[in-house]
Amino acid sequence: MKFTWFNLMPWPYLPDDFREKNRSVWVDIDQKLFDPAKSHEVYNTYMDLLEYADTLGFDGVGVNEHHQNGYGIMPSPNIIAAGLARRTKDAAIVVLGNSIALYNPPVRVAEEFAMLDCISGGRLVAGFPVGTSMDTNYCYGQIPSLTREKYNEAHDLIIKAWTTREPFAFNGRYNKLRHVNIWPRPIQEPRPPVHIPGGGSVETYDFCIDNTYSYSYLSFSGYLRAQALMNGYWKRVEERGVDKSPYRAGFAQTILVADTDEEAERLYSEHVSYFYNRCLHVYPGFADAPGYRTIKTIQTGALSQYAPPTGGYTQLTWKELTEQGHVIAGSPETVRQRMEDLIKGLNVGNIFCLMHVGNMPADKCMYSTKLFAEKVMPKLRNMFPDWEDDNRFWTQPLKTRVTSGSLPKQAPTSAELAATYGVEA
Amino acid sequence: MELKTVSTHHVPVRYLEGGSGPPLVFLHGAGGVTTDDPLLAELAKTHHVYAPLIPGYGDSEEAPEIRDMLDFTLHTWDVVAALGLKDPVLVGHSMGGMIAAEMAAVAPNDVSRLALICPAGLWDDEHPIADLFATLPYEMPALLFHDAAAGAAMLTAGRNVTDPNFLQTYLVTNARQLGMAGRLLFPIPERGLQPRMYRIKAKTVVIGGDSDRLIPPVYAHGFKKGIAGSELVSIPEAGHMVTLERPALVADAIRRLG
Repeated sequence: MKFTWFNLMPWPYLPDDFREKNRSVWVDIDQKLFDPAKSHEVYNTYMDLLEYADTLGFDGVGVNEHHQNGYGIMPSPNIIAAGLARRTKDAAIVVLGNSIALYNPPVRVAEEFAMLDCISGGRLVAGFPVGTSMDTNYCYGQIPSLTREKYNEAHDLIIKAWTTREPFAFNGRYNKLRHVNIWPRPIQEPRPPVHIPGGGSVETYDFCIDNTYSYSYLSFSGYLRAQALMNGYWKRVEERGVDKSPYRAGFAQTILVADTDEEAERLYSEHVSYFYNRCLHVYPGFADAPGYRTIKTIQTGALSQYAPPTGGYTQLTWKELTEQGHVIAGSPETVRQRMEDLIKGLNVGNIFCLMHVGNMPADKCMYSTKLFAEKVMPKLRNMFPDWEDDNRFWTQPLKTRVTSGSLPKQAPTSAELAATYGVEA
Repeated sequence: MELKTVSTHHVPVRYLEGGSGPPLVFLHGAGGVTTDDPLLAELAKTHHVYAPLIPGYGDSEEAPEIRDMLDFTLHTWDVVAALGLKDPVLVGHSMGGMIAAEMAAVAPNDVSRLALICPAGLWDDEHPIADLFATLPYEMPALLFHDAAAGAAMLTAGRNVTDPNFLQTYLVTNARQLGMAGRLLFPIPERGLQPRMYRIKAKTVVIGGDSDRLIPPVYAHGFKKGIAGSELVSIPEAGHMVTLERPALVADAIRRLG
């Protein structure tokens, strides 16, 4: 099993009446609600928490990309990942990911991911999302019905840039480059492992299967509601005649651990409510630009998870959120049982643990994270013994890696340098 | 109006045909056009009307290879040629007006009469056009019609919203039609027409609805300014869908082109 500690980086100061007074947390969110001075502490605390997860033995630390979004203040995940590459030791740096259709030219992503892989000693997991319609179309202006074509071209260019050992010309529809020759290139051969976040597009299933990429379902509605979608994925895997390694799939789940179920509710319910009732308040007009989803995908009935639920929005309660599986919360034993159901039910080897939720303060987040790492994670390690050696979907770091900040405490003196290097006549 | 098919280089194109008189080509807007369109019925009284559907509209085949302004412009010229027409009266509404204006700019000697109804294609930072692609169905009538209540009734006529498949059908139609329209209109409905407009030689009428809240009347003035010798006809108590709200007045303005 691979457990990645993930932080969406929500803005924790959305007002109580946010939903009543604002039409959307995303795209046209009120500028006045962001306070740059407060963000200084928010960012540093969030990065401290990611680093803390590394010390507790999580397999990865995860970041992602959103734009103009009150629940994800990470327009550039690579900036956060660069900090993590320096300050963490063993965890994979899971960037899930860069919306590659948005970069002009996308070799920028090939280069920055290569830098992250080099700085971290080969610990990068590279994620290539198409990006949500809010990010890709409404914030970054990509034409909805051409987004996928542009994404596919960006993907082909990045992979070719990573794996070709001499300069080449790339004559694409969206990218015309006479001299592609990225420098540096990644440590991991032939390339870092690739995870593709998806939300039910059938084309994405085949794309992952064809390229041996892991399919990640980043849902906020929990494992019970994910069953139908993941069944569709595994059915496709079977149809294509490839193995059903659980590492072909990943799933994001909000997880909150306390000593008892009651304590979990007492400590975390307000933060869960903040996330589900304020952070996910997206104007439906931004949920799904016409042409963003393919006809084939619409016909399978997969609607955007940001589309309003039938019957409209209601205030979701702790009871509903935990019973319906949006959130897995409770004592270590409760969480273990439900995680086992999730892992077996969905057949997923990569878990993106959303252990910071909404406006949760750092102390509660550390408490929950530590309990999960010490009392839950060890009991879930051996869920798929048959696939223990499947290393196609995870990092292959250098065996010997340097530690950042390992310069001598003081600059050497002239005499010391002479002793080291000799004296020129 | 009768729905027919004509072959073109890219795809078979569906078109509405009716009436008799001099040939007239009508290019529809992002919402498409139907056989019972009142403006087409008006125009058919005096003209032989052809209204081709953009690929993906109605039941027509999609053309993924038509991606940008030049592709749409040349494809629509292909349609005119395939219909066997020479110098038809060229009429376009909204997105169709944008295409018609481009056609007249790239081939100024092939268009002698041009009518642009609430045309898209220009952008003015002082007067941003509403984001059609972020507008919810229930918000559409107020944006598109002078009389929102009557407009809502027109938009929902013939739709069975209680059909369990309604939502999926609606989403598929939107993806096909507005997905294609987005190639010209998303996220800003401007693809470089302004510096090309000077090439238009056609006798041109620009027709606007006085209460157009999608593309405000200031844009009709922009077209009048950009096309030498053009006439501006402003129709009172009409919104962006002036074609549905005041079809007789629109047809009169077009007929004055000769």
